[in-house]
Parts: sequence; C-alpha cells; structure tokens
Amino acid sequence: MPVSQDVLIPLWLTLKVAGWATLFATVSGVAVAFVIARTRVPGRDYLDAVMTLPMVLPPTVLGYYLLVLIGRRSAFGGWLHDTFGITLVFTWQGAVLAAAIVAFPLVYKSAVAALEGVDAQFEQAARVLGKSEWSVFLRVTLPLAWRGILAGGMLGFARALGEFGATLMVAGNLPGRTQTLSIAIYDAVEAGRNDMANFLVIVTSLVCVTILVASGKLLKPRYVR
Amino acid sequence: MRIEIDIQKTFRSRAREFTLDVQFSCHDDVSVVFGASGSGKSATLRAIAGLERPDVGRIVVDGQVLFDSRKGVNLPARRRAVGYVFQDYALFPHLTVEENVAFPVNRWWQRRPSREVARRVVDLLELFEIGALAHSYPWQISGGQRQRAALARALIRKPSILLLDEPFAALDPLLRIRMRQELLNTQWLFKVPMIVITHDPQDVAALAERLFILRAGRVGKTVDLKGAPYRDAAGNPVRGAVRKLLMEASGEMNGADRVEELNGSG
Repeated sequence: MPVSQDVLIPLWLTLKVAGWATLFATVSGVAVAFVIARTRVPGRDYLDAVMTLPMVLPPTVLGYYLLVLIGRRSAFGGWLHDTFGITLVFTWQGAVLAAAIVAFPLVYKSAVAALEGVDAQFEQAARVLGKSEWSVFLRVTLPLAWRGILAGGMLGFARALGEFGATLMVAGNLPGRTQTLSIAIYDAVEAGRNDMANFLVIVTSLVCVTILVASGKLLKPRYVR
Repeated sequence: MRIEIDIQKTFRSRAREFTLDVQFSCHDDVSVVFGASGSGKSATLRAIAGLERPDVGRIVVDGQVLFDSRKGVNLPARRRAVGYVFQDYALFPHLTVEENVAFPVNRWWQRRPSREVARRVVDLLELFEIGALAHSYPWQISGGQRQRAALARALIRKPSILLLDEPFAALDPLLRIRMRQELLNTQWLFKVPMIVITHDPQDVAALAERLFILRAGRVGKTVDLKGAPYRDAAGNPVRGAVRKLLMEASGEMNGADRVEELNGSG
C-alpha cells in the first residue's frame, strides 16, 4: 500500500483547498441566496441564472474565465500582484478560488430552498417583537434554515474535493503545491502507477460517501408540526 | 388610551383589485373587528403592527403617530411597541417556551435569558400556568398552552396595545369558551387595550365592548356594546341581542354563508 507522502500530501492539500473553498462558497452563497429569497431586486431571474451557471458550464470554461480574470497579464490579476504581491495562478489559493466557484451553486441553491422554506410569519413576529433585521436573520431565519444550508455546504465540500478541470487550468499540476487528489489520480493513471491510482480513488470515494450520508441525515425534517 | 385609524390601500393582483378604506377610532378595553374572510380585517391589523404599509392615511396609538403618509412617518414594526398574536401563534419552533417568551427582551447574541430577565420570564410563565412547560418546544404543547405562551411573549415588553388575529380559530370549540375568559382576565390584569379580529360571532358576544363590522374593505357599522340591549344590568353580554345584530349586519353583507354560520353557532 502506497500510504506515504505521495498520498498524505495531496490528501491534506485537497482538504485544505476544499475547506477554504466551502467556507467562501457558503458565506457568499447564503448572502446571495438571502437577496434572492427575501428581496425583490430587479433582474432577479437573471441573477439566479448567473449564480447557477457554474453548475452547468464545463469546468474548463470556468477555468478559462478565471485565467482571463486573474492571470498576471490581466487587469485585475496584474493589480492584485502589483498592489498586494498576490499571485493566484499556479498557487493553492488559485485552486481555492476555482473550487469555490464550482461549489458555489450547490450551496447557493440549497440556501435559497432553505430560506424560502422559512415561514415569513416567524420573521414578522420577530420584527413586531422589536428585533432589528440583523437580529431577525441571526436569531430566526438562520436557525430555521441552517440544516438546509449545512447540507448544501457539505454537498459543496464534496464537489470541491473532486474539482478537477477548473483547478487544473488555474492552479496546474505541481506535486506538493497544487496537486490535489483528483489531479494526482489523473497523474498516476497517466504515468501507469495503477496501485497509486486505485488507492487514491478509494480514499476519494469513501470521503464523498461519508459526506453524502451525513448531509442526507441533516436534510431530514426536525420540527414536527 | 385612544386608537385612531384612517388608512387606504389598494391591493392588486392579476385576478382582482381590492381596496381597503378603513376609518375608526376607539378607546375601549376590547374592540372587535368582525368580518368575513377577505373583508380586509387582517390587512387592517397588519397595518397597525407595521407589517403592511398603507398607501395613504394615519395611524395613531395613545398619542404616538405610528404612520402618517402626509408627514412621511412610518415607524418600522420593531419600534411600534405593539403586541401581536398571530392566528396560529407563530411561536418559534426552534426555541423552547421559555426562550420564546424571553425572545423579545434578549439581545441578539443571547439565546437563553440573562438572570434578571429569567426572573420576569418565570413569573410570566407561572401567571399563564405554563411554568412546567418552560423547556418544552411549541410542537410538544397543546393549542391552549400555545396561545398562553404567545400571549406571554407578546406582553413581556408591555405593549401599548395588543392585536389578536383570530385568536381562537386554531382551538377546538370547548377550549374556545375557556380561552375567551382567560383573555378577558389577561386584559384586566395587564390593563392593555386589545383589538381582536374575528369572523366568529361568539367572540363578539363574549369579548366586544365596541364592534366594527367590516365589509369589502370598509367599516360598514360601528356598535357600542357596553350597554343595553347588548349587556344586562350585571354587565354580562346578552347573546341573543348580539346575534340579532350580527344577523342583520350579515344580511346587509348579502352573504348567505354568514347567516348560515350564525344560525349554526349554537
């Protein structure tokens, strides 16, 4: 069994990338979902479509967009580099960005469903009871929606774990630096190291199954009415 | 304590247009707004609470202007200091009875009440005889207990007025009789004026000191029920007289279903 640096390093990198990606996707996903579910902004349908786009676009297309946006020679990427000394292309932070964008629609869609499932009457009751909008969101809306949001976050995490196309385009395949599990699997198969590929595939599958079972449990209704 | 309401609002949907045009004022302990569903009584109550914004008009409770379209005043619901009991009580399902009642006085980072607040909560729970249920969740307790919890939650901040939306509709008929009495006791104990909206003639007979009959978005009739022929010398409601009044009003409404309901209601 090739349990060694060859496995642990990409596994750790994958968890790190997927963890950060899920955090960013969840915070931004809930924020946008709140706007969609609770306000009447003009162009709501278009916003919803754009936010869901990463789910249906080929990851290579997303990767290409990202390269155009954050590449060292692009306006934004050049500004990031010149002002903060930050380079995203061919770094693990770049992989986080790619995975976050791919995971975003999963969190976002779950969060919209969860927030729309919260009876507006509870929020109105909280307002009449003297609560500010911030308080209403934190003490009423979020606690009533958190299971759906968490389930979405776990789906997003699973998706980020398996991210391949966009990550490869943005972060490349640098062993020990940007080589995540799925890229390591591709690399092992290419190089004919089948033992390694087998092992990595099993590890990845187990992690994903665990996450799906856990998120399924979370989605079961809790409050009997 | 005086309540003055003069509001207009037009609701438009693809199918129909409905205009709410309600004026009334009262200074009674318990005022009842009676009307069929769709007569605009819920919208009126929601406008007082700040959950619905009238197109034009003015709402004044106890000298405080809650809404005045001409002066551009529209206090948000959280600053109106009104109590509101929703039809199905809207107790927060993720909080226990105690946490629900403490909710209005807790700060946003607190879920459990602080010590000084806890004292008030416990006293209030005892008063409403739900002290033993402090740690139960709303779905674990009965309809009557839920109503008591909702009343305690609405009263803990000492509102200037208590608005009740069909408060007995979610209860079975036998329990209604008891809960109406409890509501009157609560009114007497807290000295808080109440506006109750209902389509149940029994509520009118048991509770109303002043009655506003709403039809198609307008106040069709205002009746003072404090004296004869609606109350006897001891101050108890004369049910027959109240029913006759509502029958006549229903006749005006031209709603056969209203009359039927009145005939059927014991």
